[in-house]
Amino acid sequence: MVQINLPPNSKVLQGDYYKDKTGSKNIRKVNIYRWDPSKNENPRIDTYEVDMDNCSSKVLDILNKIKNEIDPSIAYRRSCSHGVCGSCAMNMNGKNGLACTKSHSELEGDINIYPLPHLKVLKDLIGDLSTLYKQYESIEPWLKSSNKNNETENLQSIEDREKLDGLYECIMCACCSTSCPSYWWNGEKYLGPAVLLQAYRWIIDSRDEERKERLQKVADELKLYRCHTILNCTNACPKDLNPAKAIAEIKKMLATT
Amino acid sequence: MSEYKIIDHEYDVVVLGAGGAGLRAAVGLSEAGLKTACISKVFPTRSHTSAAQGGISAALGNMGEDDWRWHMYDTVKGSDWLGDQDCIEYLCKEAPRAVLELEKYGVPFSRTKDGKIYQRPFGGMTKNYGNETVQRTCAAADRTGHAILHTLYGQALKHNTEFFIEYFALDLLMKNGTCKGLIAWNLNDGTIHRFRSHITIIATGGYGKIYYSSTAAHTCTGDGNAMVLRAGLPLQDMEFVQFHPTGIYGHGTLISEGVRGEGGFLVNSEGERFMKRYAPKAKDLASRDVVSRSIAIEINEGRGVGKEKDHVHLHLDHLDPKVIENRLPGISESSRLFANVDVTKEPIPVVPTVHYNMGGIPTNYKAEVLTLHGSEQVIPGLMAIGEAACVSVHGANRLGSNSLIDLVVFGRAAAKRAAEIIKPEMKHEEIPQSETDKCLDRFDKLRNSHGSNPTSELRASMQKTMQSKCAVFRTEKTLKEGVEEIRDPFKGMDSISVKDKSLIFNTDLVETLEFDNLIRQAITTMDSAYNRKESRGAHAREDFPNRDDKKFMQHTLTWLNDTNTKIDYRPVNTSTLTNEVQYFPPQERVY
Repeated sequence: MVQINLPPNSKVLQGDYYKDKTGSKNIRKVNIYRWDPSKNENPRIDTYEVDMDNCSSKVLDILNKIKNEIDPSIAYRRSCSHGVCGSCAMNMNGKNGLACTKSHSELEGDINIYPLPHLKVLKDLIGDLSTLYKQYESIEPWLKSSNKNNETENLQSIEDREKLDGLYECIMCACCSTSCPSYWWNGEKYLGPAVLLQAYRWIIDSRDEERKERLQKVADELKLYRCHTILNCTNACPKDLNPAKAIAEIKKMLATT
Repeated sequence: MSEYKIIDHEYDVVVLGAGGAGLRAAVGLSEAGLKTACISKVFPTRSHTSAAQGGISAALGNMGEDDWRWHMYDTVKGSDWLGDQDCIEYLCKEAPRAVLELEKYGVPFSRTKDGKIYQRPFGGMTKNYGNETVQRTCAAADRTGHAILHTLYGQALKHNTEFFIEYFALDLLMKNGTCKGLIAWNLNDGTIHRFRSHITIIATGGYGKIYYSSTAAHTCTGDGNAMVLRAGLPLQDMEFVQFHPTGIYGHGTLISEGVRGEGGFLVNSEGERFMKRYAPKAKDLASRDVVSRSIAIEINEGRGVGKEKDHVHLHLDHLDPKVIENRLPGISESSRLFANVDVTKEPIPVVPTVHYNMGGIPTNYKAEVLTLHGSEQVIPGLMAIGEAACVSVHGANRLGSNSLIDLVVFGRAAAKRAAEIIKPEMKHEEIPQSETDKCLDRFDKLRNSHGSNPTSELRASMQKTMQSKCAVFRTEKTLKEGVEEIRDPFKGMDSISVKDKSLIFNTDLVETLEFDNLIRQAITTMDSAYNRKESRGAHAREDFPNRDDKKFMQHTLTWLNDTNTKIDYRPVNTSTLTNEVQYFPPQERVY
């Protein structure tokens, strides 16, 4: 028999409620997904009342405030806090983004914070990105050039260098890939928007001598053509990059060479 | 003590940290055929090298004549003569090759019209020994660190470096004054790992988080520095903390010096470009300590902007929007996100913000760790590179764009030296069990603490003390108070509270261990500052406004045992490495 229900241990339960203790008149309810692998319990949603009069503007500030002042046990990744390291990617009110650049004033109503969708959860808001990292490795993200002259650089025109703009800035936060339905269903085999954007970054680099081989390597029913131009990726990217366009460019190059 | 499952590993070299320095070392070690492990508490591309913006210095001469000796002079002067000139010579001479190597790895540098690497002006970088501004800082727009970090990670993948990602390092394993490896905690599954290695390379970055307001990431907690202190070894020149002139007011986000390199300038409440009063020649491109002090004086004398008159304005709205779009896209984004400013129309509110630690683990130019034991001695088996190290090439003040070059030049030097030292027949020695027990006792004690002081409160108390008592300007009074106050949060650890007792991604415990690391460095920083009774580079004493070369042309070495510091001094090297360049004797430092 096909099982169409979620397994019983994945049902999300109502968790603890942390009432405000500051007496603030400006309270927001923040609902956070919690799961501790060391306890044999279902995931739960804990609710925190947060004093917004003493909270800076980003969602990460809310999380830090909760961790510092209410509940130190909550687990999430965070580092640079200005959108360059890609650690704090998560799902906020239904949309993927970086907690450190997302203003909470842009979120309506109660704030619901979940891990990035369709990843194995390691704990609370921390998802397992190891598959994505392996896929990144598979596209061989390094320059392939036979130029061994150590005295000068490879020359590259300003125009050729501009082709890398919108690609090299990717911070590998995985907001795009984990918002992609094709990646949800075929994440083991479909490379997904983040990795394909990086593949294109090396394909289009004028200094690289293995464009053809790189193109052939991704020209695969599953690796590339599972992209059905849904465009969730571009919509999700917190750096305003356009993975869907990069994928389309790869398809175009394959169709015309 | 509870039982912990320990997994043993043996490697030729263990690199701790996977930022620019750690990755460059790992690439070199893997290339040399050494069995290398690279351990990091974050995925490599999350390291703080990614936040470096403006560029990487090297006298390539792509945009006008340049010479590595001029770069060396600028760096010596920038260091206020606390830098060791043999090391600075090595850095500047190796720099061009290191940058060309990065380009070959695939770094997407911005380009000149003839297709070469684009170089921009930066603070303190001059032509012909201080005469006029030079364009020496190689840039990938204003995301140079990010571009370099991602490229180096790709190279490490190419060379099949073995990574241990999201492992938190606890302590070094020492035997008879030699480093034999380290112990780390795997956050993914909660296991403890003991790495035995012939050489351990510390590349854990700076410790900016001892301050309340800083451009540093949450993870910049100087874990390697603290491991060195716990191993009974000294840290060097910890009093030298760089305040970057332009952090976004209220948030601390870095606004690159590249902005001023591209023509941006600072303005006070009277609309005056005040830098010309403090640095008539270099103006806004004087070195960072000078610009930060000038801003602090403007604010202290009532010429700050804003309601509280507590910051200044950075203008780039006069620049061609094309220049901003092509060369400064990242800071446009940061200014919009964190200051709500459109840089093409309005100035950015900025204030000097803690940015870089010149101090750290003392090393020679081969990246070998040093201590003072009667005379200068190398610690066998231990190396340090990057911001964690104090080579010292930055001395009392680092020039902008000299840190990225430091990472790759000394990352490579460490790999080279390790390949010389490690012989194929070398065997791993037994390490006394007491080292493991000592390490896990501390870990277990913190994990099971049920006190009343939340880690976040102790951390905030430390950060506020550092911020108020050890800032841009320092005095005997503030430092004396600081020396006392900074010990309180350390003592507070006796009754610290850790709520989460689990072992998998226990970030409550991670932050507590990080605090334990930070507070040790805060104490050494404060005590080192109190004991240096002169002004030099970033260490500005209002009560001792002059540099005192007679007494203090020396590196501070600070040991820490519990809350007791021991301070000693080691003379600055007064010779160069080769006779390709002459020693630059101390001069008055004007820009």
